[in-house]
Amino acid sequence: MKVMAQIAMVMNLDKCIGCHTCSVTCKQTWTNRTGTEYMWFNNVETRPGVGYPHTWEDQDRWKGGWTRTRSGRLKPRSGGRVARFANLFANPDLPEIVDYYEPWTYEYDKLLSAPKDSKDFPVARPVSQLTGKPMDTIGWGPNWDDDLGGSTETMQQDPVLAKINTEVRAEIEQTFMFYLPRICEHCLNPSCVAACPSGAMYKRAEDGIVLVDQDRCRGWRMCVSSCPYKKVYFNHTTGKAEKCTLCYPRLEVGQPTVCSETCVGRLRYLGVLLYDADRVTEAASVEDPQDLYMAQRSILLDPFDPEVIAGARAGGVPDSWVKAAQDSPIWALIDTYEVALPLHPEYRTLPMVWYVPPLSPVVDRVTAAGNDGEDHKILLTALSTMRIPLEYLAGLLTAGDTRPVERSLRRLAAMRSYMRDLDLGRGGNEEIAGAVGMTGEQVQAMYRLLAIAKYDDRYVIPTTHPETPRGIAELGEDVTGMVEELVGAGEGAPEACSVSTFHGGGTGLRITSRGRAKTAAEGLAPTPGRVNLLDWSGDSAQAGLFPPAAAGVDA
Amino acid sequence: MTTADVLLWVAYPYICLTLLVGGMVWRWRTDQFGWTTRSSQLYEKPILRAASPTFHLGFLAVIGGHFVGLLVPKTWTAAVGIPQHVYHLTATIGGSVAALATVLGLAGLLYRRFAVRSVTLATTTRDKVMYVLLVLPVALGTWATVANQVLGGPEGYDYRETISPWLRSVLTFSPHPQLMTAVPLSFRLHVLAGFALFAIWPFTRLVHAVTIPVQYPTRPYIVYRARRASVSAAAGRRGWAPVQRSADRDGARSRGA
Ligand code: SF4
Ligand code: SF4
Repeated sequence: MKVMAQIAMVMNLDKCIGCHTCSVTCKQTWTNRTGTEYMWFNNVETRPGVGYPHTWEDQDRWKGGWTRTRSGRLKPRSGGRVARFANLFANPDLPEIVDYYEPWTYEYDKLLSAPKDSKDFPVARPVSQLTGKPMDTIGWGPNWDDDLGGSTETMQQDPVLAKINTEVRAEIEQTFMFYLPRICEHCLNPSCVAACPSGAMYKRAEDGIVLVDQDRCRGWRMCVSSCPYKKVYFNHTTGKAEKCTLCYPRLEVGQPTVCSETCVGRLRYLGVLLYDADRVTEAASVEDPQDLYMAQRSILLDPFDPEVIAGARAGGVPDSWVKAAQDSPIWALIDTYEVALPLHPEYRTLPMVWYVPPLSPVVDRVTAAGNDGEDHKILLTALSTMRIPLEYLAGLLTAGDTRPVERSLRRLAAMRSYMRDLDLGRGGNEEIAGAVGMTGEQVQAMYRLLAIAKYDDRYVIPTTHPETPRGIAELGEDVTGMVEELVGAGEGAPEACSVSTFHGGGTGLRITSRGRAKTAAEGLAPTPGRVNLLDWSGDSAQAGLFPPAAAGVDA
Repeated sequence: MTTADVLLWVAYPYICLTLLVGGMVWRWRTDQFGWTTRSSQLYEKPILRAASPTFHLGFLAVIGGHFVGLLVPKTWTAAVGIPQHVYHLTATIGGSVAALATVLGLAGLLYRRFAVRSVTLATTTRDKVMYVLLVLPVALGTWATVANQVLGGPEGYDYRETISPWLRSVLTFSPHPQLMTAVPLSFRLHVLAGFALFAIWPFTRLVHAVTIPVQYPTRPYIVYRARRASVSAAAGRRGWAPVQRSADRDGARSRGA
């Protein structure tokens, strides 16, 4: 047994409202440069739908992930080592830009530079960011079928639907819809890494984050096609592969990723898992794809097991990480409550971003039919009769096995009814909890984690410097009180979101509201051009609102 | 032998080779980030899929042919019992096929550069200079081969009596420029253009040629790498340097798949 640590994520699909905030903040942070216009390290797809890039799940076409050979060994679906060389000069499986979408901008300048008396109304035409030519008709974008818009045209191309029987397919649009936010899975058995001829891609030994070494990438593009989730992108300006970094500079100082931090639904969880690195290949090679979910779970190690703890110590995993693994919301959702499931385990990469399947479409359907969508008997019956969402979700999360999806949804349904009874003062009904193999106490704990968990319960991230535990760097100045005075303590206000923590000290000036408080309190000069609207009453000009007046000119 | 001969066949090749070697070392040490194929396959795939492998395989064959023809002395091939006309026939047929692939592939790639607008826009000035200096030796070499070896009589021109020993003399630092004076013009121009290509090689995207991933067949599929302490975003505190463990010192660890 070789114990290694992995930072993993769980997203609770039940709560995703499809607002794309995560995608936008991620893009602003990481892919707002030339050459990355079309990249979305985080994207949110409406399902059923074709996704981004177009039909990425169709591995017969894109050849992502691994296949199991007849002898039971794993081989990248795009081919082994010989095939890699044979295709070095042109990657046959590489998506073209049109499979993502042709990025465009608008001629905003035309709105300002149009002559004063022109008889035509000035318009900002769309212009391709690749060719500089106007695009008269924009034919595809990263979220073309958002909210099932125009899906009658494209929905049948959804590769998950293609595997479900036709009668279900015809009905599906009326039945349900949900959002699927996606980032790189930071797989335990990443096929992107396996396919990289240069050895530029690697999995970090400490936290399992999969990265591209920008200095060693030579632009062979094999990772792009070999990732079954299509989460490595090719920067066409620098000629290097780029991908989601799980915001490692933030994680290293104990902060959650940008997508998690900004998620409106507060549905993302981050935490540590311990796994047995020696059994990764074994787990990824089980014969039946439907066994992959349990196989992957079997190599995740119980962080409370003394043998595992000893193994972690021996393998150089810091104690603070073991502690974090014990507090991990990920471990709780995957193992304790068994509600989180992997995305497309059949790709055999052992993905590490898991999902709690959405119950809401079922509840909506039940309620729309005039029934009580919070009554456990009705809900549980509905779950066992409504095959459509179950089969679709199973195609997404468990290689088609509906049982784990059903168990997960039944637990969510039971939680709903159980908690309603509590809210209505009727007391917990143990029978409901028992029907899904849980106790009332467990149901309540799960409810706390899924519904009302605070910032620190959702993100349990140890820092890379075990000698600097999470939050300790902030203890130097007690500014929490000031924030409360100024803006009221936000629920789950981040404890470590300051420039100085982020880069390990040095700037002295903060950009958060508490930072303003600090500069004000110490009489430091405010940063020009940086105004905090939170503590501005609006009746006088704020220092820093205008650039410093030039000498001699009085403002 | 004139001064021009010395300049062309001694000074010029050494300048070019110095630029090649020195430039490669300099670029390798200073510009790992720029060391890439800068592929444009994302913009356009069908033409590239046909033209790129044709060009690359043809060009590799051409390079291989040059190695044999230039660096292996005639006496050696004779010693293993290869008569001159057999050598000439093999070299000419093989060379022509390789040249054909190179020329066709290059033509396809160039057509694509001009015809596909996104590819044109992604072409830098450096790329343009590179293309000119790449097309020149290829075109001149093809001309020299066709004019002298294919159409120039049964035995063609025996460059292994002149150009090859001259090149070896340059590479062994005892140059014999007089060997080049009687060489046909097409060959001489080809040699000059070839050296110009060497001279700019390190400063263009052609550098990707020396990154053939030789270690890929033998390395394990999954690469693990330990985080270097120096890239940490958090400051280490003085006096808190972690104890060195053997696992840390091992650095990168790998696992087979
Ligand atoms: S999801 Fe991420 S780690 Fe997994 S294969 Fe794709 S890029 Fe690699
Ligand atoms: S920010 Fe959260 S709620 Fe909004 S789309 Fe992203 S994951 Fe869904």
